[in-house]
Amino acid sequence: MTTFGVAGVDVEFGSRRALTDVSLEVPGGRVTAVVGGDGAGKSTLLRCLVGLIEPAVGTVRRPRKAQIGYMPSTSGTWRELSVRENIEFVAHAHGIAGAKLAARSGQLLDRAGLSGVSDRLAGQLSGGMRQKLGFCLAMLHDPELLVLDEPSTGVDAVSRVELWRLIAQAAAHGTAVVMATTYLDEGERAAYVLVLDRGRELVAGEPTAVLSAMDGSITQVARPGAPDWAWRRGGAFHEWRPVPAAGEASAISPDLEDLVIVQMLRREHERRAARR
Amino acid sequence: MTAVTALATARRVTRRFGDFAAVEDVALEIGAGEVVGLLGANGAGKTTLIRMLLGLLAVSSGSVELFGGAPSRATRRRLGYVPQGLGVWSDLTVGENVRFFAAAFGADVRRAAMPAGLAEVWDQLAGEIGLGRRRQLAFACALAHAPELLVLDEPTSGVDPLARARLWDDVREHADRGTGVLVTTHYLEEAHQCDRLIIMAAGRVVARGTLAEVIGDTRTVRVRAASWQRAFDALSEAGLLVTLTGREIRVAASSVAQLAEILDAAGVPAELDEVPASLEETMSTLRD
Repeated sequence: MTTFGVAGVDVEFGSRRALTDVSLEVPGGRVTAVVGGDGAGKSTLLRCLVGLIEPAVGTVRRPRKAQIGYMPSTSGTWRELSVRENIEFVAHAHGIAGAKLAARSGQLLDRAGLSGVSDRLAGQLSGGMRQKLGFCLAMLHDPELLVLDEPSTGVDAVSRVELWRLIAQAAAHGTAVVMATTYLDEGERAAYVLVLDRGRELVAGEPTAVLSAMDGSITQVARPGAPDWAWRRGGAFHEWRPVPAAGEASAISPDLEDLVIVQMLRREHERRAARR
Repeated sequence: MTAVTALATARRVTRRFGDFAAVEDVALEIGAGEVVGLLGANGAGKTTLIRMLLGLLAVSSGSVELFGGAPSRATRRRLGYVPQGLGVWSDLTVGENVRFFAAAFGADVRRAAMPAGLAEVWDQLAGEIGLGRRRQLAFACALAHAPELLVLDEPTSGVDPLARARLWDDVREHADRGTGVLVTTHYLEEAHQCDRLIIMAAGRVVARGTLAEVIGDTRTVRVRAASWQRAFDALSEAGLLVTLTGREIRVAASSVAQLAEILDAAGVPAELDEVPASLEETMSTLRD
């Protein structure tokens, strides 16, 4: 299977650096997640991958345009067209028509649970349904590379499960899928995760591998000994120490959220030290 | 929890819009110092319920009490509210926003007492300071008058993990000092930050209690198959709630027997076992 991706990419908007030395492989048959908060550089990376932005430095491997499916963070649907019209419009752009269109759109809408609302205007769909329609539009021409920009943001937990099922199914059929998300649990569920912070790689790898490679240890405590290295999880605090846990009962096995917070705290301390 | 400490109470509250009941027969109580999570799908009635609790929307039937009385201008002063859209004025500066909210709530606010991040951009328009700082501003404005009850609608959407942890630090610190907090979120990880959860679906409360109580003995079936793609396909085509974590498949609201039959028919060998459900999976099964 072909692997797409970016290598050593810098992106600049005028004097502002949006991405610095970012690399990501997006192979077929798996879901790759790009995680970060607003302004971390997720959309810029995806737009770079699909060819909407040219990097200042670095290389991009992408299939030809007809083999890319791209769903922007605005879902890419036309609100004043019905579900069916949205599908037909995009199908015509890809030269899909007749029996092939009927079969493909029938299958996609069915999987997405949208068959019953094909005459409804996209603007009248719930947020979750509209995102699922956006997914169907991006998948309509069965692309080799599927790029989804925050498909699940603002989508409720129940619709999120359904959307994730559609995404995983595309990957199970061999498509190279890359999705941006602000949810770390979605990153943890992907086969590979890249966490961005201020345009730079913060964490990258298979979720289980990056967690087991984490140095130091995390304990769960009622009151942190070193508040600079502690953060709230529920009623208690999690606290990071640079040394391995020596078999204490308070030691916990961290999740991706813990790991990302530790890395962000480290960067913060480095920045502060550099300023001094 | 006793009635003496209840900051907000909803009794058998219903709100209709025409024939449509957005909220139906809902009871709710928020006590001092507790963090209550209000969860549910879009359209489940969460925001309508919040608006009634705040006194922004009349109930069709039932009753709402804030600090032991009907919602009024006087109770509004004891409340802090951060709406989904943050509710700050984009065309006022940060300083003007702070002074405006302080004046409206009769609070005494000094620039020096504001977080450093806000003091740095004091004279810039709130519309031009970036989402992270705008969120900080919305919280500062909602907290300046030391409210007894804090209502947060989707406070952390789009926030990076460290900023989210810090925001929860603030929220829990206020709770530790006695503020009651009602928070809605789609980010189910945050359910762990709440003392109690209330789950709504189609206008009604479908579950309530601690996270462990809500999940209860709801189970999920875990499927491990060498040809996981074929297993995943067969189960999704059967219309089941299938999720994929790496290569591990999970199916909510199903049974080992049901899945074994589907996978047998598809000729996919797999190992099946039952495990405790996640909150997300539990919510998917609660919606009806």
